[in-house]
Amino acid sequence: MYKVRRWSTRHAAFLERFYTRFEALLTSAHPLFERLGYQRIDRVFSVIERVVKGFLFDSKMCGSCTLGSTGMTCPMNCPKKMRNGPCGGVRQNGHCEVKPEMPCVWLEAYSGSRQIDTGIRILQLQEPVDHRLENTSSWLRAVRSKVSGVSHGQ
Amino acid sequence: MVSNERDVPAYSEPLDPGFSSPGHFEDLLRAGKFAVTAELAPPDSANPEDVFARASVFDGYVDAINATDGSGANCHMSSVAVCSLLTRVGYSTIMQVSCRDRNRIAIQGDVLGGAAMGVANVLCLTGDGVQAGDHPQAKPVFDLDSTSLLSIVKTMRDRGHFQSGRKIVSPPHMFLGAAANPFAPPFDYRPIQLGKKIAAGAQFIQTQYCFDIQRLKNFMNVVRDNGLHENVFILIGVGPLASAKAAEWMRKNVPGVHIPDDIIKRLSRAQDMKREGRQICIEMIQQIREIDGIAGVHVMAYRQEQTVAEIIDRSGVLAGRTPWHPGVLNNTKTKSETAQ
Repeated sequence: MYKVRRWSTRHAAFLERFYTRFEALLTSAHPLFERLGYQRIDRVFSVIERVVKGFLFDSKMCGSCTLGSTGMTCPMNCPKKMRNGPCGGVRQNGHCEVKPEMPCVWLEAYSGSRQIDTGIRILQLQEPVDHRLENTSSWLRAVRSKVSGVSHGQ
Repeated sequence: MVSNERDVPAYSEPLDPGFSSPGHFEDLLRAGKFAVTAELAPPDSANPEDVFARASVFDGYVDAINATDGSGANCHMSSVAVCSLLTRVGYSTIMQVSCRDRNRIAIQGDVLGGAAMGVANVLCLTGDGVQAGDHPQAKPVFDLDSTSLLSIVKTMRDRGHFQSGRKIVSPPHMFLGAAANPFAPPFDYRPIQLGKKIAAGAQFIQTQYCFDIQRLKNFMNVVRDNGLHENVFILIGVGPLASAKAAEWMRKNVPGVHIPDDIIKRLSRAQDMKREGRQICIEMIQQIREIDGIAGVHVMAYRQEQTVAEIIDRSGVLAGRTPWHPGVLNNTKTKSETAQ
């Protein structure tokens, strides 16, 4: 679904604004989430998250979401799982070394990041993925780190 | 003048102030010398003599030898083993580590092992995809990427712990390197990427093949404007092309290699293409030498390793210097002896 994925990158600014509001909404529900138990609701949220982000970004549900730092482009679509920028193998036409039919994920990420106010976050050093977090909801993780002020799992 | 600095990285020997490694490659770069490194293709063999034979063709012309780690996703002797063998006889080596074949547990173990064997330099790479090599059916690991690998090795060295946080009793003394490719898109992002790698821990850079001096100049302009060259030693990749056909094949099949049409035209017009390929390489080195902010060249002469000595000699970049090699072993003092 390169088409939808590329649409999302082109509309990175809109999606970023939308997510910021969405996250604020989720954060306001924190007391409720806490009563229900984060672990219990994670299954429901991760299913919704997978459907939504899967459709829009071809998200791989790594659990350590970087969409906000990578111009609304999921870097886990890179066959080499590059999370800190493009590899040296990008073809002269801007396509992937491994999948010649696919535009390089990082060319997209760079163009997306230039559209959003917080685009500078592309410079943040991304730690290696914590594979234990795969298939869990990074929306809920974002809420918890926002509330507690410390990062959860990242 | 023969360099009398054999790489003698005894672990217990104290490091010079401001140095990360006991190796002479770092020493040379910090002294502002124009450095020459070369790529050694590890053999498909378990015989150490094959490694020594491949290294000896560089004797007297190369300051440090890179041993590739399954380059092009092809299976060969491991980089850590090649480097270890070579450090035993005194060569300065650069251990290449790719993230394609091993996860963080294996890689951190290899870094400690290499350092214990006297390897003073490590080049952190992501690695080519498995589709490029002789085992396309293999599982691509990519647990880390080159940048996160850099920061992990830096943490091991400077903070003395693994990524897990567990303490390392005696941390590895290593000079950290990374790759850059100024010749692949997105061109305006490449200097940003370089800055990110420096922030993650890169102290030296070895680039992909340069066949397009203008692109290199554009890249270096931005690098200098941002002062990046003051924080990292940049060595530019070069290599001789064997023929116009080989050049065509390379730019089509080797990931990340950019060869402009006029280079291929020039080769195809030549009577002796091999000679012309060497000539192009020499001219490239001489033009690179003139660019501000460049610390050396990295020669990748795959299957033409025997031409490296001639290329470096004719380019004149060593300026009369003769890098250390085992042939000068007998009249050589170690670094500490020289200091006394």
